[in-house]
Amino acid sequence: MRKYLIAIIFFSCWSPHFVFANSLYPLDSAKKNAQFSYLLKNLRCLVCQNQDLADSNAELAKDLRQRVYELVKEGKSDSEIGDYLTSRYGDFILFKPPVKAATLLLWFGPLLFLLSGFIIFWRTCFKRVSYE
Amino acid sequence: MNRIGWRIIPILFFLLLSVLLWRGLSLDPHTLPSVQVGKILPAFALPELIHPEKIFKSNQIPQQVVLLNVWASWCAACVDEQVFMMELSRKGVPVYGLNYKDNADDAIKWLEQWGNPYKVIVQDSQGKTAIDLGVYGAPETFIIDKKGLIRYRHAGIMSQKVWADEMAPLMKQLDNNG
Amino acid sequence: MIAELGLFFLIFALLASMMLAVVPLLGLQFQRPCWQDTAKTYVIWQFSFIAIAYLCLTSCFLLDDFSIVYVVNNSSIALPWFYKLCAVWGGHEGSMLLWVAILSFWMILVAFFSSSLDKEMYTRVLVVLGWLSIGFILFLLTTSNPFLRQFQVLNTQGRDLNPLLQDPGFLFHPPMLYMGYVGFSVAFAFAIAALWSGKVEASWSKWTRPWTLAAWCCLTAGITLGSWWAYRELGWGGWWFWDPVENASFMPWLVGTALLHSLAVTEQRQQFKAWTMLLAIAAFSLSLIGTFLVRSGVLTSVHAFAVDPQRGMYILGFLLIVIGGSLVLFLFRAQTLQTQTSPGLVSRESALLLNNVFLVVIMLTVLMGTVYPLLIDGLGLGKLSVGAPYFNAVFVPLMIPMLLLMGIGVHLKWNADKGRQVFLRLNKTFILSLVLPPLLLITTGSELDFSVLLGLTLALWVILSTLNALYKKIAERGLSGVGQSYWGMVLAHCGVAATVIGISVSTAYGIQDDVQMNPGKTFNLAGYAIQFIKQTALQGPNYKGTRTEFSISDGSTIKTIYPEKRLYNIGQMAMTESAIDVTPFRDIYVALGEPLNDNSWSVRLYYKPFVRWIWSGGFMILAGGFCALTDRRYYQKRRVAATRGIRV
Repeated sequence: MRKYLIAIIFFSCWSPHFVFANSLYPLDSAKKNAQFSYLLKNLRCLVCQNQDLADSNAELAKDLRQRVYELVKEGKSDSEIGDYLTSRYGDFILFKPPVKAATLLLWFGPLLFLLSGFIIFWRTCFKRVSYE
Repeated sequence: MNRIGWRIIPILFFLLLSVLLWRGLSLDPHTLPSVQVGKILPAFALPELIHPEKIFKSNQIPQQVVLLNVWASWCAACVDEQVFMMELSRKGVPVYGLNYKDNADDAIKWLEQWGNPYKVIVQDSQGKTAIDLGVYGAPETFIIDKKGLIRYRHAGIMSQKVWADEMAPLMKQLDNNG
Repeated sequence: MIAELGLFFLIFALLASMMLAVVPLLGLQFQRPCWQDTAKTYVIWQFSFIAIAYLCLTSCFLLDDFSIVYVVNNSSIALPWFYKLCAVWGGHEGSMLLWVAILSFWMILVAFFSSSLDKEMYTRVLVVLGWLSIGFILFLLTTSNPFLRQFQVLNTQGRDLNPLLQDPGFLFHPPMLYMGYVGFSVAFAFAIAALWSGKVEASWSKWTRPWTLAAWCCLTAGITLGSWWAYRELGWGGWWFWDPVENASFMPWLVGTALLHSLAVTEQRQQFKAWTMLLAIAAFSLSLIGTFLVRSGVLTSVHAFAVDPQRGMYILGFLLIVIGGSLVLFLFRAQTLQTQTSPGLVSRESALLLNNVFLVVIMLTVLMGTVYPLLIDGLGLGKLSVGAPYFNAVFVPLMIPMLLLMGIGVHLKWNADKGRQVFLRLNKTFILSLVLPPLLLITTGSELDFSVLLGLTLALWVILSTLNALYKKIAERGLSGVGQSYWGMVLAHCGVAATVIGISVSTAYGIQDDVQMNPGKTFNLAGYAIQFIKQTALQGPNYKGTRTEFSISDGSTIKTIYPEKRLYNIGQMAMTESAIDVTPFRDIYVALGEPLNDNSWSVRLYYKPFVRWIWSGGFMILAGGFCALTDRRYYQKRRVAATRGIRV
C-alpha cells in the first residue's frame, strides 16, 4: 500500500521529461523551454477538434502560441498564464480540468471506484472465512 | 428478493448514463459560451481602419448600449450577416467593428463591396484584442451596455432569428435600465 | 441499378434476420426441433444477402457512380482503386454496412463452428444474434441508407476521401476494430442465451472463451494498428491522445481482457460465473456505447463521423433495449449463478478477481473522463475539457499496482496458496527487477529518470516473474506439458511489459525540436546530423505538393528519407506525410510544417527511443491471444459435456 501512495505523490508532481526545444520560439533557459512545451501540450486549440496548441495549425492556435510564448518570456508562472487564458476563454481551454467543486467527482472518482472494487473483492474472498 | 443486492448496480449505472447521453444529444459540444459576459470590456487602443492615423480607445465608445462586431474580409460567413448588419445600422442600432487579423486594403475593399454599417472600425491586425475578448472565430458580435460591461456574445452569423429572440430584447432591457 | 439491387438485398437481409429472430424462437417456445433447425439456414441467407449488398456498394465506388450521395461524398475519380475499396467504410453509412456485414460473418462462423454445441443453446445464441441484426439493419434502412441517390450534382469529380484516410493503415484499422467490436456480440449472445435458459452448463465457458479470444485478438490488432497509423500519419509524433473515439475502443478492450481472465476462472474452477456474465454483457455494451459516442455528435473528436442527432436517438434507443434488457435479465437470473465456496485471499482466483477489479476501475475512469464534459454541460455548469493530461494522471497510478499484481498472480496456485511461500518464490525476482534498471541506465550512459526506472522495474518484474513461472512449469511437467494457452499467456504478459518499456523510455528520453530549415542546412538532434538535402515538386494521382529529401547520419551510416507535404486537389486540404527512419531501438521522425518565405520550411524533428516497442508489445499480446485461441483443447470434440445442463 505504501508503494502505491508514494507513486501517487510522485505522479501528481510528475511532468514529462520530454526535452523540447523550439527554435521558432527561442527562450533563454531550459526551464522556460520546458514550461512552454508543457503549456502548449496542456492547452486546447479552440477551433480544432480536440487538438492541443502544440500541434494545431489553425490561425487562432498560432496567435495563442505567440501569446503564451510572450508570457513565458516575461517569466509568468503556469498558474498565471492559466488564469490569463481561462479568464478569456473559460476552463474549456485547459486540457487538464482544474480541481474545483464541479470536478471533484472527476478527480476523486477513480479513487471511489477503486475503493468500491476493493470492497467487492474483500467480500468475495472473505466469505469463506466467515463460514469457518 | 434481497438476493438481488449488488446486481442492481449495473442497470442503475446504465440508466444514469443513458439519461446523460440523452441530454447530450440536445447539447452542442462546439459552441463555447463566453466567460467575459458580465465583465468590463477589455481596454484597447487601436488604429481606425479608415483613418489609420487616428487611435480609437475603448473608452471612447459612448455611454450607450452598442454592438461590437468582429469581422474580416477573409471570413466567408461575415458576408452572410452583412446584409443584416446594414439593416440594423439603418434602424439606428450603434454598431462598432473590430477588423480581425485582416489586411487594411482588403478590408476597405470588402466594405465597399458589402456595405459599411459601422460607426467606427478598429484594426486588430495581430488579434491581441480579440484574444482579450475571448474571440475564437469570426464573425462574433458582443452587446456592450452603458457602463461598458459585456452583456452578451454571439459566436457565428447574426441572423434575424438570433436578433429577435435573444439580442433585441436584451438591448431594449439594457436601454431602459439606464 | 446496382445501388437499388444493394438496397433490395439489404431489405432481404432484414427479412432473413427477422425470420431468424422469430422462427427458431417459436421453435424453442413450443418445443419444435424442426423450427429450431431453421436457424442455420436463416443465418446463411442473412450473410449472403448482406455480402451482396456490400459488394453492390463497393462496385458503386469502383464504378464512380456519383449519383449515389455516399459515393460522391467519400470518393473521387482520381482516387486510386485500393482507396476506393477502403472508401466504402470511410463514412458513417458505409461503415455501418461494414459493421452489419461483419456481424453476419461472425454469425456464419458461430453457425458452422458450434455444431456440437447443445442444440437449444446453439439456437438461443443465433436467435439473440438475429435480434441484434434486426436492430442494426433497421438502423441502416431507416437513418443511414448508403444507397441514397441524388440527381442534382452529376458532372462532378466527387468530394474525395478525407486525405487523412488515404493511407494503407486505413485498409486494416477499421475492419480489424469492427471485427473486435462486433465479435464481442458473440460472447454477449452466449451470456444472454445462458441467462435466458436459466442454466449455465459446466461447458459454457469452454464454448465462450474461443469466441471471446478471437474478438479480443481482433480488437487488440485494431487498436495497435490505429496507434501505429496515427503516429505515422498525423505528423505529431503522438500515438495515443485519449480522444473520445480512442477511448471508445479501449474500454471494450479493457473489459474484454477482464472477461478473458474471468473465463479462465470460470472454466477451471466454476467460480465467478456472475462476474463473467456481467463482463460479457459489458464488453459488447461498451462497443455499442462507443458507436453511440462516435456517431451522435455528442462529443468532439477528430474521429467523429458526420453528426446527426436523429441517428443518435436511434442508437440510444437501441442501447436502452439491448443493454437495459440484458442487465435486467442479469438482475433477475444471475442469482442462479452464485456458488457457495469462495477462494482464499491468496490464490490465483483472487488475484484474477483483483486484476479484473483494476481493469474495470480503469474502464470506469476512462468512461467518466470521456463523458464528464457532457455531464458538466448538461448540468449547465459550463464547458470543460478533459484531455490527455487528466487521463495520463489517473491511468498511470492505476496501472502500477496492476503490473505488480501481474507478476504475482502467475505464481499463485488455485484455491489457496500461502503468502509466505509466494514471497519466498518471488523475492529474488523482485530484487532483480529493482536492481537491473538502474544498472542498465548507468551502463548505457542515460540520465537516471524516475519514470523510466519505475517503468523498467515494473516491466522487468512482469517479464522475469512470468519467465520464472514458465520455467517452473516446464520443470514440473516437461516442455510438452505446457499447453498452448500457457505460452499464449507468457507471450501476452511479456507483450504488456514490452509496451510499458516502450512507453516509459520514449516518453522520458524523447527529444523534439521545431526548426527552420532550407536545403543544405543541417541540424543536430540527439547525436544525429539531419540534413535537408533538396526539395522537388510532387504530383500524385489526386494531389500535388513538395517532396523533400533528408539524410540522417550518425557518423557511420547515412539513411535518406523523404518527407512530403501534399495538397489534395479536391478540398484543398494540406497534409504532411512524415518520414521516419526506423530501427528497433529508436525512430528519427521528420515532419514538414509550413513553408516559410525564402525557400525554407518549418520542420519538426523527433528522436524517439524504443517507440517501436509499444506496437511490438501490442503485436506480442495479439500473438499470445492467437496462441491461446489455437489451443487444441477447444477443438477436441468430446471433452465438452454439452448435452445436459447442470442447474446451479
